[in-house]
Amino acid sequence: MSTTAPRALIAEDEPLLAAALRHELAQAWPALQVVASVGDGRTAVREALALRPEVLFFDIRMPGQSGLDAAAELADAWPAGQPFPALVFVTAYDQYAVQAFEAQAVDYLLKPVQAARLARTVARVRQALAGRTAQGGAFEEAMLARLRGVLETLAPVGVSSAGSPLSPGGPSSADGTPPAARLPVIPAGIAGTQGAVVRMVPIEEVLCFEAADKYVRVLTAGEEYLIRTPLRQLLPQLDGEDFWQVHRGTLVRASAIDAVTRDESGRLGLTLHGRPERFVVSRLYAHRFRAM
Amino acid sequence: MRTMAPMQRFDLRSWARHGLVTAAFSCAIALALTVTGQGAWDVQLAYSLGIGLVAWLVIDLGRHLLAPGSGWPAGWRGALLVAAGTGAGYVAGTALGDAYSGHSAPLWQREAVPTSLVITVLAGVAISFFFYSRAQARQLQLHMAQAQRDAAEARLKLLEAQLEPHMLFNTLANLRVLVATDPARAQAMLDHLIAYLRATLGGSRSVQHPLADEFERLRDYLELMAVRMGARLAYQLDLPEALRGVAVPPLLLQPLVENAIRHGLEPQVQGGRITVRASTRPGRAGMLLVLEVQDTGAGPAAPAPTSGAPGSHFGLAQVRERLATLHGSDFTLDLIAGSAGGTCVTITFPLQTTP
Repeated sequence: MSTTAPRALIAEDEPLLAAALRHELAQAWPALQVVASVGDGRTAVREALALRPEVLFFDIRMPGQSGLDAAAELADAWPAGQPFPALVFVTAYDQYAVQAFEAQAVDYLLKPVQAARLARTVARVRQALAGRTAQGGAFEEAMLARLRGVLETLAPVGVSSAGSPLSPGGPSSADGTPPAARLPVIPAGIAGTQGAVVRMVPIEEVLCFEAADKYVRVLTAGEEYLIRTPLRQLLPQLDGEDFWQVHRGTLVRASAIDAVTRDESGRLGLTLHGRPERFVVSRLYAHRFRAM
Repeated sequence: MRTMAPMQRFDLRSWARHGLVTAAFSCAIALALTVTGQGAWDVQLAYSLGIGLVAWLVIDLGRHLLAPGSGWPAGWRGALLVAAGTGAGYVAGTALGDAYSGHSAPLWQREAVPTSLVITVLAGVAISFFFYSRAQARQLQLHMAQAQRDAAEARLKLLEAQLEPHMLFNTLANLRVLVATDPARAQAMLDHLIAYLRATLGGSRSVQHPLADEFERLRDYLELMAVRMGARLAYQLDLPEALRGVAVPPLLLQPLVENAIRHGLEPQVQGGRITVRASTRPGRAGMLLVLEVQDTGAGPAAPAPTSGAPGSHFGLAQVRERLATLHGSDFTLDLIAGSAGGTCVTITFPLQTTP
């Protein structure tokens, strides 16, 4: 049991519902201190990083960024060495998300929030916080794995239960079609060509896909191209054995990984054969490199 | 038109049924011929059954070969098949009858040829026509059932779009809070919800209602959303006094306002403003009613929001379809992206005031 009072952040875009959850929490968990109540996903991430509360209540549908995307971004940006907060999703009705939460045993609340259900969730969260104190890293690892499970289930559009296209050994594609052995990438030499030069890059040459603003950067040894297809549309067309997701916005060719290192702040990163830059590894995907 | 899977296979049961009916019919003919003194009953039966069953085999198997799955070959091919079957039945069946009775004169030298040929042709055409019309009726029935299923599916989809569970549960969650904290406001919100549900679930789809009622229903929905969204939603309903009685299809504008909320305002952190406006302008053949739904939201080019919400295209298509049913091609529906963000949907159709 931690000695200081646990602190919470509520992210809910409907003001009445945010106030109500705060009110209900005051009864169900008097010791919990709600340090911030925000109305959109981006603010939620910013405030969570600034305040580092122990418990997060994230509504799923929020303007700007959904609660799920916010959770993923937070996992990527959360400082190393700091315990990741206990996360509770809140939803009025999101069939697929609820199925994923059930499957992964991730905590969630249904709106309208009812006292008995909230009491059960609070008990679980308190247990989790106690377990985190007692078991440290292993406990957090398990929690992140569950969150990863939910995100991977829900991320590729249209995939609800087939599992992650990128999990090693799992199904490679949602609709049963074989993974594209050769992706006809439509690239443009980034430096100055503005799409004037398009080269068909064979997938075998690609070392890394990296989301960058409106584009996805396609990196080969010594070359860089841009495509407009979003990463999440790209995912089902790639072989999960070949490309590993190491960050919300980064897929790397597994066989090209050179070295995995921690920087001075404890963040995991990796380098690829044939590329000079260092790629940040999200704590969500750090489990892949545990043995190293 | 959809293909009907169960009819694709060779339907053994209907084939056997046809055979039995044909056999029964042949027996009836044999009986009639015996009674009218045309010869011994067993000989008549042999000829009659022989002709009938051969004709049935040729026609039913030919039917399956020429038009697998769809019942009968269309047009002249069907007629030709019946003619061929009847002819084959006559020749082969007579031979069978001859073998049974020991009759040996060639077909064309017999006195009874015209009678039995006439009977064969009449019976063949009659039975074929009987089976043909029954198959047609069955096809028609299947098509009607399919059309009914399609219509039910479309209604369900419409209802799902209007009674989006996410919207309902969030509204109920807000109500649950207000019941404890602000009962008067809870009651007002409940009244709006009741009016909204009554209008959405109501069976008054076909009749028209005054524009004033249409705007009241929009107000119900917008009030519900205003409680939920708080300061993020501002709205304005502009209905000139003179247009209050104009008849419009019920909930015509509802999908447009829902789109403005769901795809315009909800994705934006700062929310926005919705304006619904009715006006008139002169057209080529009299005055036109102009209905506008304008928002300051994310705009039509913005990426679709997260899972679950039906696309805005469904709502637009639905409005377009209803206008086409009522006005043929005599209407316009325009979606314009605002220069400073946001979307404006404008509908025009001939003005018709209620008496």
